[in-house]
Amino acid sequence: MQHETASPTARHHRHGSNAGQPLTRRDGLLKVTGRATYAADNHPDGTLYAVVATSSIARGRVRSLNVEAAKAHPGVVEVLTPANRPPLAHDPDEKMPPFGFRVEVLQDDTVRYVNQPIAMVIAQSLEAATEGAALLDPRYETEPARTGPSNGTRFDPQAIGVGAPARTAHGDIEAGLAVAARVTEAEYVTPSQYHNAMEPHAIVAQWDGDRVTIDMPNQALALSCASYAAYFGIPAENVVIRSPFLGGGFGSKAILNGPQILAILAARMLGHPVKLALTRAQMYGPVGHRGRTWQKLRLGTDAQGRLTALHHHALGATSSFDEFIEPAANASLPLYASPAILAEHEGLRLDIGTPGPMRAPGEASGSAALEVAMDEAAEACGMDPLDFRLANYAETEPVTGKPFSSKALRECYVEGAKRFGWSERPLAPRTMRDENGFLVGWGMGTAVFPCPHFPAEARATLRADDTALVETGGVDMGQGAWTALAQIAAEALGLDPDQVELRSGESTLPDGGIAGGSAHTASAGMALHNAGGNAIAQLAELATADPESPLFGAGNIGVVAQAGRLHRRDDEQRGETYAAILARAGRTEVVGTAKSTRDPAVASTHAMYSHGAVFAEVKIDPDLGQIRTTRLVGAFAAGRIINPRLVRSQYFGGMIWGISFALHEEAITDRRTGRFLNADLAEYHVPVNADVPALDALLIPEDDPHVNAIGVKGVGEIGITGTVGAIANAVWHATGTRVRRFPIRMEDLLAGSSAE
Amino acid sequence: MTPFDYIRPATLPEAVRAGSAPGSAYLAAGTNLLDLMKGGTLRPERIIDITRLPGLDRIDWLHDGSVRIGALVRNSDLAYDDRFARTFPAVAEALLSGASAQLRNAATVGGNLMQRTRCAYFHDPASACNRRSPGSGCDAREGENRLHAVLGWSEHCIATHPSDFCVALTALDAVAETEGEHGTREIAVDALHALPGATPEQETALAPGELIVALRIPAEAARFAPRSRYLKLRERTSYAFAIVSAVAALDVQADTIRGARIALGGVAAKPWRAREAEASLIGAAATAEAFARASELALAEARPSGDNAFKIELARRIVARALALARGGTPEIMPALPASPFSTVPGADHAA
Repeated sequence: MQHETASPTARHHRHGSNAGQPLTRRDGLLKVTGRATYAADNHPDGTLYAVVATSSIARGRVRSLNVEAAKAHPGVVEVLTPANRPPLAHDPDEKMPPFGFRVEVLQDDTVRYVNQPIAMVIAQSLEAATEGAALLDPRYETEPARTGPSNGTRFDPQAIGVGAPARTAHGDIEAGLAVAARVTEAEYVTPSQYHNAMEPHAIVAQWDGDRVTIDMPNQALALSCASYAAYFGIPAENVVIRSPFLGGGFGSKAILNGPQILAILAARMLGHPVKLALTRAQMYGPVGHRGRTWQKLRLGTDAQGRLTALHHHALGATSSFDEFIEPAANASLPLYASPAILAEHEGLRLDIGTPGPMRAPGEASGSAALEVAMDEAAEACGMDPLDFRLANYAETEPVTGKPFSSKALRECYVEGAKRFGWSERPLAPRTMRDENGFLVGWGMGTAVFPCPHFPAEARATLRADDTALVETGGVDMGQGAWTALAQIAAEALGLDPDQVELRSGESTLPDGGIAGGSAHTASAGMALHNAGGNAIAQLAELATADPESPLFGAGNIGVVAQAGRLHRRDDEQRGETYAAILARAGRTEVVGTAKSTRDPAVASTHAMYSHGAVFAEVKIDPDLGQIRTTRLVGAFAAGRIINPRLVRSQYFGGMIWGISFALHEEAITDRRTGRFLNADLAEYHVPVNADVPALDALLIPEDDPHVNAIGVKGVGEIGITGTVGAIANAVWHATGTRVRRFPIRMEDLLAGSSAE
Repeated sequence: MTPFDYIRPATLPEAVRAGSAPGSAYLAAGTNLLDLMKGGTLRPERIIDITRLPGLDRIDWLHDGSVRIGALVRNSDLAYDDRFARTFPAVAEALLSGASAQLRNAATVGGNLMQRTRCAYFHDPASACNRRSPGSGCDAREGENRLHAVLGWSEHCIATHPSDFCVALTALDAVAETEGEHGTREIAVDALHALPGATPEQETALAPGELIVALRIPAEAARFAPRSRYLKLRERTSYAFAIVSAVAALDVQADTIRGARIALGGVAAKPWRAREAEASLIGAAATAEAFARASELALAEARPSGDNAFKIELARRIVARALALARGGTPEIMPALPASPFSTVPGADHAA
């Protein structure tokens, strides 16, 4: 099958080097013309259609399924249940490191959450499979569902997030609180949220002997190949995953889930390609979500408004059978200087699907609580919220004392405040009104996100015709990897991006690492940078060793690759084209390969984060409590910016998600049954365009010599952090009412207001 | 899924004949019915596609100044009809505050009247719902009922009617023209939707197979054109149902209120006309005090059906505000954010 891949479609006007250019998306034309193939667009011959039957109860067991009725339906080929599900080579009840979770693949009749797969129907048409699933008519033995703190079981987790320690302590919290002039203490509640990527989870699996080809949206190609291989008892190289485009991932497509494994299993069992696409409602359960949190913060401050203690305790919901505890309290570790910091987590077992990483996991919900708590502490100290944060500015990483690899947060504060007009803000709440009588409030929050690095590999083939092919198994979830990665590669090769073909989005390519943790551009980009460098080095070796080259003997001085040409570092005039070098050497191409890893020495000596400051204006109807975010200014420093257009778009997306978190988004479940009451895009509210009147994202220059050789940090997730708190704080500033539960609802503001 | 027959009648009598058989459902744009069928909430045995029936997609102005709107007129076509929007501005504003632009382009006015509640327990086939399955109980009663009814509910059902359009229609004494097995008749929109009582499954006054073919808004309602507003509180600025909404229309002459119309949305199983509140305003000066009194009267019988006491206070306030906005006069042009309290704020340039 031929995939459409993104390629240069028009020559871009160059302004300088390749990186730093606001190029439009290379895949844009494919997408707007409908030629970008998403997983479910694949229709191999003989495809059968799978539909998952899901549980309507949260806890109990399936007593019966009417398999006969389903099988009798015309077109139904097979019904997978615990009774006939073929064996797997890896126990699904065992986690698969590093990011694997226990999965539900019909290993028994136990029901552990609503929408758990309880059977899979495979048929010749989607309609037949859907009807077959409906005919199963499951009967249950139902046990009471544990749906909240009142009936869930609290426990001390071994680890949180994807393996972070549950407790991190620095200094003596109680001593810090004891010496504090003031202690600010409050609890903050965040709801469960679901990724709701526009593209539902889909898979088309086809086997050829003991080799399987999988079309699916996937944020971690190589890792997933290894995991699927383990489940199916085949070598990792026998698994090919093709994922050229994702309609959003947000973390939910980085981890293996039960339904997809069942589809692959069904394809092998039946000897046909099998296609499965989850419905929107079926995405509420088996494919992860952002878990609920209940966060308690205690902030001690001295007479000058400096923190003496920062205690962040987070209770996080997880499933009854596995752990993903939202690492919310860790949001308090990297940001504010305090002699005592304690971040600790507790788990709450509920009858829900296991939560998972969702855009800024831990940071989003943790920052929401921390930034409101900081605002409350500033209020207690009678200080401007920005001054209060500057008074607690961390010059080194608070818990470890490590220097930051770079930290232009102060510049973010200054530039963001200037653009927003923050200096005009009155200290007291409920003092600003607009010309129509609406309450106006200004709030701010600090944004922060770590800069992880995932090992990645790449290959760069430099050809005699002044073009290059660069390859890495990268992932474009919409963030613009097709474009930014090509820019990085082009720069390394001294070519224009239009001369560079990027192959990406397939597991057969060199491992591009994981598109997660805001690390993809840095990780895959570094691999491409190194591969390009390797190709250029080979070319330089050919030239400098060749007496007929103007570069002969320049090995010690060094050469520079620019515009398809190598020249001496000390003399731009002395050089020659790649084509000339290759031609004389009788070569048609050189192939550079490279891996990228982070230098552990640098990682151990430096703390690495992207930073930002977000300023929000809200207007609120004083009587009705209707809230509107009228302005949002973010200023972010994230190292070197490869493509400002795409980066700004990432910041906008994050900030809009911040609006969503603060004011709109919440999965609602019945407290008795755990069933979802808004598992669709009509009732699960994310912001519409009309909710987002004005966005501004400033790109604050930041040169980071340590984070990696290309100076790139991450931009994918930081926009949510800071924004949620900024909006919540603006709501307080507008009304004088402090709301500590998200999303903020109009009834939360009614008590503090009066009818006109 | 229940297999269903699909019937596309060519004439109205044919349609009514087909629709009168048990298990039938009329299909227009399907923006509500098809969702409910996909989710397993409704399982009709016979779909009567009325979209090809002739003559139901017209807006006609009658000699007496009233308007007759065919049941198949699209929501957006009606809202953007210039004469209609000038004559009945609150109705146009209500229409433009409903659903999304895409849905309004498809949805019909008859379908809007016949849309079903958004109560999640009604939608979820695994939940008990007397409205969907008589006698099964009401899981909303002790469930997540923050947005449920505060007026006219019963122990059997606490669902609300979701329409914005119907709220404005009710206030203006609009009438539905129907065609049934026993001929044509007229039903006031205010009498079209039923309160649940002990029979929440009986949602409307329509007999089986009875089809709404047109709406009429009387000429008399045009007297409110200079002073009428629809106001809607919701959890996002577009594509969200009302938490509470209100239409207010005033006829003010020489500082004295000669006529007043008030109706509420999102508070009951039907659009809620507040006649006592209206009466309290007649002859009064259009003051904040009078509006406050009216808003108290409008919610006098309200009581929470669950975790929703805030809706009562919110409804009072929105009535008072809608009256104040109406007193201030109908906006010259349709607000950029129709029915939003922020509709006065610039920043968008088209209906959300």
